[in-house]
Amino acid sequence: MDEFSESLRLTVQLLVSLEPELVEIVSLSLSVSVSATVLAALIGLPLGAAVAVLRFPGRSALTALLNASMGLPPVVVGLAVYLLLSRAGPLGELGLLFTPQAMVIAQCLLITPLIAALARQTLADLDENCREQLQVLDTRPLNMVGALLWDGRFSLITAVLAGFGRAIAEVGAVIIVGGNISGVTRVMTSTIALETSKGNLALALALGLILVTITLSINLLVTGVQNVATRRYA
Amino acid sequence: MMPLKVSGVRMERNGRALLDEVSFCLAANGVHVILGPNGAGKSLLLRVLHGLIEPDSGQIEWAGRTPVAAQPELGMVLQQPVMLRRSVLSNLTFALARKGVPRRQRKAQALRALAHAELESLAHQPAPCLSGGEAQRLAIVRAWVQRPKVLFFDEPCANLDPRSTYKVEALIREISASGTQIILTTHDLAQARRLASEVLFLANGQVQEHTVADLFFRSPRSLEAAAYLEGQLLL
Repeated sequence: MDEFSESLRLTVQLLVSLEPELVEIVSLSLSVSVSATVLAALIGLPLGAAVAVLRFPGRSALTALLNASMGLPPVVVGLAVYLLLSRAGPLGELGLLFTPQAMVIAQCLLITPLIAALARQTLADLDENCREQLQVLDTRPLNMVGALLWDGRFSLITAVLAGFGRAIAEVGAVIIVGGNISGVTRVMTSTIALETSKGNLALALALGLILVTITLSINLLVTGVQNVATRRYA
Repeated sequence: MMPLKVSGVRMERNGRALLDEVSFCLAANGVHVILGPNGAGKSLLLRVLHGLIEPDSGQIEWAGRTPVAAQPELGMVLQQPVMLRRSVLSNLTFALARKGVPRRQRKAQALRALAHAELESLAHQPAPCLSGGEAQRLAIVRAWVQRPKVLFFDEPCANLDPRSTYKVEALIREISASGTQIILTTHDLAQARRLASEVLFLANGQVQEHTVADLFFRSPRSLEAAAYLEGQLLL
């Protein structure tokens, strides 16, 4: 118990002092996961909308694949990206392994299917509602995809948030492709894992608190915005 | 677009004939009212004529073209129109965009249409928040700005109060006067009397009679129509 309260004291001290190392870790975490989420949303939202709206052969197989890959294990995604980016790998020449970019790629691959699958579900419901109306307004299939993405914009925020939550919380992929190099690729989750194993609980706990606080506040903020907007367009 | 020739259209679901050998020809200009009790197959017939649904058998020709080929010139106001989740004005600019109207001209055209529907003051309100009557009028001008040659209305005044019904019917007359052909379903005799130039009476998925409106209301030829006009419940 003593150790725990000592850790808590250290945690508060760390938070108050805003040590450069801490700030660096937090900001790298945020920039990697935000970049990954933006990229994944740019790919995943249109993909999910297309699967929801367009009728093509293999559509239900693709839906099943998307749904299944919501549960991709981060370490496996990390391993795949590692193999791609390693010296001997097909993209080895880019020299991206053990850089923040590699972490962005890994997290993006991890959450794109999640965002696409959630978007597909949301927009399939909306599609059922609007399809005939859009048809009688002479809307071509591709315009239908665009119209539904726009009409579902407030509901889609949830899909993007879920992606961000998974990205910022995962540790397996970033450790494998980032290498957890101090000052270069060390993010909140990988530092927590490392410091805990070293017995340095104060730093780990401080980072844990920050991680939870950031995730919660972003979620609360966005949910608030979403509620206001949904009420307006209910 | 006219004449519209329909011959032997049949649709069956679960062994029940929803449309039973429907044949007719619409040639004259005006407001064609498809009248009949609920469940007669009116909405289904409208969807088949528009090409939204393909019949099991039978032929439909819009001046020699299939419904799907004619679709760009057909408009439809659904019984429960869906408002896109954007402003009233954007609902109209969306419709204009689908017809390839250049971006610069959309807003002016949309505002003119809003004036017809008496909705100018609501231009920037979110469309899903409109009242029933306002939504119906927006749906009508949204279909009309696309300048269809034929405009379908599916029970345009179901669930509207008399005041809203009056405004909607005024709008329909205005559209008809502009030269657009109107095909409208209703189960409301009074509305049919007010609007129809021709009546197609549908019951049990069959065309019971197709007559000029005056004649239909004075002396219907079919027993079913006579019973309906007398206010008997057609079951």
